[in-house]
Amino acid sequence: MAKITKEDVEHVADLAQLTLDEATKERLVRELGDILAYMDKLNELNTDGIEPVMHVLPLTNVFREDVLGESLEREVALANAPKTDDVYFLVPQILDTE
Amino acid sequence: MEYEAVIGMEVHVEIDTRSKVFCACSTRFDAPPNTNVCPVCLGLPGAMPVLNRAMVDASVAVGLALNCTISRWSKLDRKNYFYPDMAKNYQISQYDLPLCHGGWIEIDIAGQTKRIGITRAHMEEDTARNVHGIGSNESGIDFNRSGVPLLEIVTEPDLRSAEEVHAYLVALKQILGYLGVSDCNMEEGSLRAEANVSLRPAGSSVFGTKTEIKNVASFSGVYKAIQYEVARQAGILDEGGAVVQATRGWDADRGVTFEQRSKEEAHDYRYFPEPDLVPVVVDETWEQRIRESLPELPRARYRRFRESYGLSDHDAGILTSTRAMADYFEQTVAAGADAKKAANWIMGDLQALLTEAALDIGQCPLQPAHLADMVALIDSGTISGKIAKEILPEMLRTGKAAKALVKEKGLAQISDEGQLDALARQVVEAHPGPAADFRAGKEKALGFLVGQVMKATRGQANPQMVNEILVKLLTEGK
Amino acid sequence: MEKQYCRLTAHEIRDALRAGDVTAEAVARSYLDRIARVDDRVRAYVDVWRDYALERAGKIDARLAKGEDPGALAGIPIALKDVLCTTVGRTECCSKILKGYRSPYDATAVRTMREAGAVFLGKTNMDEFAMGSSTENSTVQMTRNPWNLACVPGGSSGGAAAAVAADEAAIAIGSDTGGSVRQPAALCGCLGLKPTYGRVSRYGLVAFASSLDQIGPFTKDVEDMALIMNVLFGKDPMDATSADLEVPDFTRCLDAGVSGLTVGLPKEYFTEALNAEMRSKVEGAVAVLEKLGAKAIEVSLPHTPYAIAVYYIICTAEASANLARFDGVRYGYRASNVADVKDMYHRTKSEGFGPEVQRRIMLGTYVLSSGYYDAYYLKAQKVRALIRRDFEAAFERCDVILTPTSPTPAFKFGEKTADPLEMYLSDIYTISVNLAGIPGLSIPCGLTARGLPVGLQILAKPFAEETLLRAAYAYEHSRGFDMGRPPLD
Ligand SMILES: [Mg+2]
Ligand SMILES: [Zn+2]
Repeated sequence: MAKITKEDVEHVADLAQLTLDEATKERLVRELGDILAYMDKLNELNTDGIEPVMHVLPLTNVFREDVLGESLEREVALANAPKTDDVYFLVPQILDTE
Repeated sequence: MEYEAVIGMEVHVEIDTRSKVFCACSTRFDAPPNTNVCPVCLGLPGAMPVLNRAMVDASVAVGLALNCTISRWSKLDRKNYFYPDMAKNYQISQYDLPLCHGGWIEIDIAGQTKRIGITRAHMEEDTARNVHGIGSNESGIDFNRSGVPLLEIVTEPDLRSAEEVHAYLVALKQILGYLGVSDCNMEEGSLRAEANVSLRPAGSSVFGTKTEIKNVASFSGVYKAIQYEVARQAGILDEGGAVVQATRGWDADRGVTFEQRSKEEAHDYRYFPEPDLVPVVVDETWEQRIRESLPELPRARYRRFRESYGLSDHDAGILTSTRAMADYFEQTVAAGADAKKAANWIMGDLQALLTEAALDIGQCPLQPAHLADMVALIDSGTISGKIAKEILPEMLRTGKAAKALVKEKGLAQISDEGQLDALARQVVEAHPGPAADFRAGKEKALGFLVGQVMKATRGQANPQMVNEILVKLLTEGK
Repeated sequence: MEKQYCRLTAHEIRDALRAGDVTAEAVARSYLDRIARVDDRVRAYVDVWRDYALERAGKIDARLAKGEDPGALAGIPIALKDVLCTTVGRTECCSKILKGYRSPYDATAVRTMREAGAVFLGKTNMDEFAMGSSTENSTVQMTRNPWNLACVPGGSSGGAAAAVAADEAAIAIGSDTGGSVRQPAALCGCLGLKPTYGRVSRYGLVAFASSLDQIGPFTKDVEDMALIMNVLFGKDPMDATSADLEVPDFTRCLDAGVSGLTVGLPKEYFTEALNAEMRSKVEGAVAVLEKLGAKAIEVSLPHTPYAIAVYYIICTAEASANLARFDGVRYGYRASNVADVKDMYHRTKSEGFGPEVQRRIMLGTYVLSSGYYDAYYLKAQKVRALIRRDFEAAFERCDVILTPTSPTPAFKFGEKTADPLEMYLSDIYTISVNLAGIPGLSIPCGLTARGLPVGLQILAKPFAEETLLRAAYAYEHSRGFDMGRPPLD
């Protein structure tokens, strides 16, 4: 695997919505580098034709029936929010680019 | 230079389940903000999704209606991206193993039938709704829509023009309507369409650089946006420029598309299998159960209407445009009405009255059987077509049968020979002039005399008989 | 001074209550007093629910007085790791980003225990979002090992383990993603169970790594373990990954004995990496079981050396998505005067998450990012399959597998915080168990010369918890020594 660079760290931090100061970036280049190098030991193993484990239990088709249940009172739903107008959760103006 | 447009569509349809796709909250879209919410659809710590069985049933039904293969084994995945309307900051969707894949849909374009490939249809959850301009510089978020079931339907790049795209959307909406799985209301956001548009020199088989057009709010908007985008790209290419791969929005007011996100800023969604949900296995039995529950689909019904009722393409098309319309027509025919006559009444006067009353034929107060009776009364000569047109609005308003109305208003046609003979004699005496003219060979004068008899009977006299009786009267003793 | 009921086990309390020798309130007071006496040194609790506990106990006494059946856990004082959602008090996962968060619902496990009459004492300390092996990643406080206050209690459920070890709770409930119940149980000298994946509902357990997380209890003896398993286990319609299986009465299978039982010893676990003193304790335990008629054989788990790499790819990948929801929009911390949405996300997360959590989010985001998925995440899930096969093959030849729970006894504060990888390696014996989804129990098997507890880990096939308990109970009743109590008085 390619060694992790400061640019990698900055790109990943952006994907993860984290802002890192220079010292932290340097530290992470080192730490993630070590950890990823350690993980490369997996390449010693030939895993061709091996089914990856997605669930350790052999469960399939677990559903709920289409019936209505309890919803939360609005006051309760908003109770933990950092900012509301008692109707909506409030965030800084969204510029619709999605 | 001649270009060929290459267009693929991504349509998100809200499926009409009672409860949301992963929790028991209501899917009602008009509830007060943030009242149809719970730990699951708010993405509270510790909450877990459980898949709604009805969503799988509906999705399989759509897949089969679109001639798709239903995956025996499919799974759900997490699509990671941050946005305030995304409760968990990942969307539960399907990535590499969609529930339905490899289907097709037929559209009619320039009198030709064309097959549009359906790449896939997969289950996912809707996002919350952002409300802008709350206060000066803030947005509000309403999580009622968060977790409403969505089916994303993706076509092959088989579409070649705005017309074809429009025809595709109409055909798709028609099928979803027949299945009764969605109301497909674009204004209410229950159907959202995105187009991938690229151009290439006519005849070429290589793909050009595509743009993705989003946030269009109506079928006509999609049509206009694609027309605009095709022209825009052609302009760029003609000037030797290069199309920039990007996501573009549609500004309905200015009638232009505009760049929203360039490829450089494109997302890295980091899909991986959703560990909180187990695989979905649709076996033959399940698939068969859904297949058997499917209604006759629009195009099959269209063909049958032409063949077994001898209807024109045009009439068959209109009568099968919605499942309710087609059902109404067939019930009227089943009640004894002649197919062509029933068709004319439904597409003509009845449809006009319904439109006027802003009613869907599905809610028509006039029973198909009553319409059939009315047609029968005309056939038997009990009432004239003119009378029928007069009483139809009241039949619709009151739901009363034609017979009853005719009786209570005494509108039945007068076909009694004696009665008409007497009337005719009175008219001839009262109008010696025209009578003489007719005898003198002025055929036209007869019309006036017939008119007088009709007038005297407020139009109820059998015009055919009046005609014969007058002629007999005026020519006897010659 | 009133009798120290806090020294009783849960089943002793149950019997005394039903015999009318004691009231639930007296028991609750005894525990609350014990907390008042020792927790300023142990610091196991981040929140003590004194009034709530006494009120609950009073209700239980009233029901007992009316002759009603107050439930299997009636009057039993139980502590809850801060990772479990509770409508009482706060649920903060010992993180700044969830400061002051009040859950509008109870975790299914919490609800079922309450319905069984449990008396909750409060919330216990943990590594932030259960990420750690020493509880040093808590943003609230450092929990100390009751046996040696200079040492860590292990983690991430360090507070829960210390609470039971220090008689500050009869039972405590933690969560185990890579050893977070078994390892602190071993380091604190109590019992800790990681049930088969799917045995206990995860609904209301704040997710760290969804495919590995299981809620697990800490107890003072094996009978108590059976008691709490009877209540915690079972299918939950709110957790699609919970197993729909009959839950036996685990208290009935305890004394079945071990004669004829085959005990497997994985050679990859008994290497020079294993501290000699620990090794001898574990071998002593094996000898006890052999004397009781069990047969010990060597088994092999060849892919053991890859477990930690697999584990840290899968758990960080899942964590990077599970922790994305902490964004300052619907609950928890939000950075002040943010410029726009992106600024809100970035500053909220950077200020709200501690260094280890950020490190794991970074790692998990990296291994899932475009171009690396196959090399890391997919590869890890394939090797995970090989690790499962190792256990399947081993269990063809034996009924239970015995290993040390941890390569070393409790270590000093700061000893492993410098190097994350070094800290990760302290989970070497517990991690494969979560990857394979099998049940694992840690039971004390002695003290080191320096008086630190050593843990014996017993593993069984999926859903074979009865076999685990059989072996543990037999060992507990013939190990021939008393662990004694931590030197706190
Ligand atoms: Mg989508
Ligand atoms: Zn909900």
